[in-house]
Amino acid sequence: MTTPLTPPPRKDPLKRTVSPTQPPVIRSRAALGLTAMAAEGRFALQTCAECGAVQYPPRDACSACLSTDLPWWDIAPTGQLLAETTVQTSVKQYFRERTPWRVGSVQLDAGPVVICHLHGDVAANARVRLRLLLDRAGQGVILALPQERTDHMADDPELRLMSSDPHLRRVLITDARHPFAPDLAAALQTAGATLIFAGEPENWLPNPNRSALEAAGAEILPLDVTDTKSVERMAGEIGGKTDILINTARFMRPGGVLARGGTGFARDEMEVNYLGLMRLAQAFGPAMCGRTADGVNSAVAWVNILSVHARTNTPGFGCFNASQAAAFSLSQSLRAEFRGAGLRVMNVFTGPLEEDWYQPLPPPKVTGPALARSVVSGLRDGLEDVWCGDVAKDFEERFCKNPKVLEIELGQEMGE
Amino acid sequence: MTDTLAQFAVEIASGAIRVVDLTHTLDPDFPVIILPPEFGQCARFRMEEISAYDHRGPGWKWHNIHLSEHTGTHFDAPSHWISGREVPNGDVDEISVENFVGPVVVIDCSAGAAKDDDFELTPEIILAWEGQHGRVPTDAWVLMRTDWSKRSGAEYLNMQSDGPHSPGPTPEAIRLLVEDRDIRGFGTETVGTDAGQGAHHTPPYPAHYILHGAGKFGLQCLSGLDQLPPTGAVLIATPLKIKGGTGSPLRVLALVPGGET
Repeated sequence: MTTPLTPPPRKDPLKRTVSPTQPPVIRSRAALGLTAMAAEGRFALQTCAECGAVQYPPRDACSACLSTDLPWWDIAPTGQLLAETTVQTSVKQYFRERTPWRVGSVQLDAGPVVICHLHGDVAANARVRLRLLLDRAGQGVILALPQERTDHMADDPELRLMSSDPHLRRVLITDARHPFAPDLAAALQTAGATLIFAGEPENWLPNPNRSALEAAGAEILPLDVTDTKSVERMAGEIGGKTDILINTARFMRPGGVLARGGTGFARDEMEVNYLGLMRLAQAFGPAMCGRTADGVNSAVAWVNILSVHARTNTPGFGCFNASQAAAFSLSQSLRAEFRGAGLRVMNVFTGPLEEDWYQPLPPPKVTGPALARSVVSGLRDGLEDVWCGDVAKDFEERFCKNPKVLEIELGQEMGE
Repeated sequence: MTDTLAQFAVEIASGAIRVVDLTHTLDPDFPVIILPPEFGQCARFRMEEISAYDHRGPGWKWHNIHLSEHTGTHFDAPSHWISGREVPNGDVDEISVENFVGPVVVIDCSAGAAKDDDFELTPEIILAWEGQHGRVPTDAWVLMRTDWSKRSGAEYLNMQSDGPHSPGPTPEAIRLLVEDRDIRGFGTETVGTDAGQGAHHTPPYPAHYILHGAGKFGLQCLSGLDQLPPTGAVLIATPLKIKGGTGSPLRVLALVPGGET
């Protein structure tokens, strides 16, 4: 059984905050495929299209037949632990600070033997379940876990470092007016977040979410992502204890370019959805990046809730989608900028939500609890890209097949 | 005439004439009028640093600001309303500047507004006021004092599920002021010249509709009207010279005889 984490004592103000260090970063281009699969939580390895041999480690030509046609296929995440050792010291600063560190070799049921990190609850010679996870350098690595769930298994030190688990962490939901903010707060409370802050713009207007947020234990604070001073003020107050930031700020109106007549709403969309993200990142990013090695409640993740149409537009919400595309593009820059500190950027892509602005659209639509589940599970799994709901998953599949065909299809759907 | 202006300067310097500021500070948190969300919305006041004695500009600090013509304490020109769209010289840049300085009277509705959020200025109240202070002068500004400017936050718009609740004039009161008294303009301490529930009058938003249709002006989000006498003060309200502008944020000042409060 894993020793359960306990709430950390209050920070000793006389002690220097530990600077983040990183596990080794350099990978071959082929091995970046592991990272890409881990970013979405898939357990996939190169599988030879000619002879079917599963490859490990990633390579440019098949180890059995030398074919260079090596697509990434999902394979059974199961295997048999062959050997293990516990590293007591290392020349790598990151591991040196975190020893003892358990590693092992596992014979996959799909064929190859892999070198992997080893969860503390895996017994000698046991059958194991494997997961492809992102380490704190943002690179894909394999972790072997016990086949069955064990008590407090998420608190395992190696697993904890590869996840963004909200348990015992402090979370900021940036817009308390988002229709799903109360569901997010409730799910985070259930997941063991110790503090939940909810930013509320324009407290001179009623906020129907207030009582539900307070019932979920959220503390409501003034925060308006369109106001630089407001964002700076709030970062000054809670930037040093924000471990997970979930950006729910969103301005949306229906309509493509011609339906709009003017750029007023588009400007508001860019102010909130794009520049708001930038203001938050400039104000909260540096403090969060400085605290990614700060113990049990270290800063760990930055979450953006984006429309799946950030990737390919539909004219029904054409102008809003353009602002989502801008935010998505910015999130890629942020991800790269945060990577050195080990702060993970997770984008949760959704189809239409079950709320007012999408009211005329037919189901399926994403509900508040479904979005909250995706956010919490994505954090626990340490993901970078999450596809929430049937529409988003279908979109992703079609996008991977042929983005141009998808663009044409989506344009026709909305044109009817 | 030279003597009059010299005397005026002396009296301002001596305090015999007081200069009173009737303007709210432009603040990102100051409420603006809220319309149904599918309509276009009034921009909030926003300010971004261009530089602040730093790498973006080492020796100077300055900001870009972003706001609506109708953000904060502001002036409404006739072209703001559909009824005033054909009024000659109805944009802020076309209005003759004599209109920006002139006499002002204040009708105190603060006691009523304290008891009733939907308090309305009626012809009866105006006639009773005239009984005490004399007829509302032709071409004067008429300000409705409610002490609403002392409210802040959610209390100011006072938004409920059936819309905002704040005091304002009835259509009959505005008709009396515009058609019989021929005033220059009408000003309030609330977010608009109309009551919060003004959409339910005939015509909807009667102050906007009747004032601007007749080429009159509006002032809203005024503050400090409790510092003005009922009669005898002079208002200075000079909108920015915005080409084709339907209104403008502005600094509103009153010149008040000393000794009177």
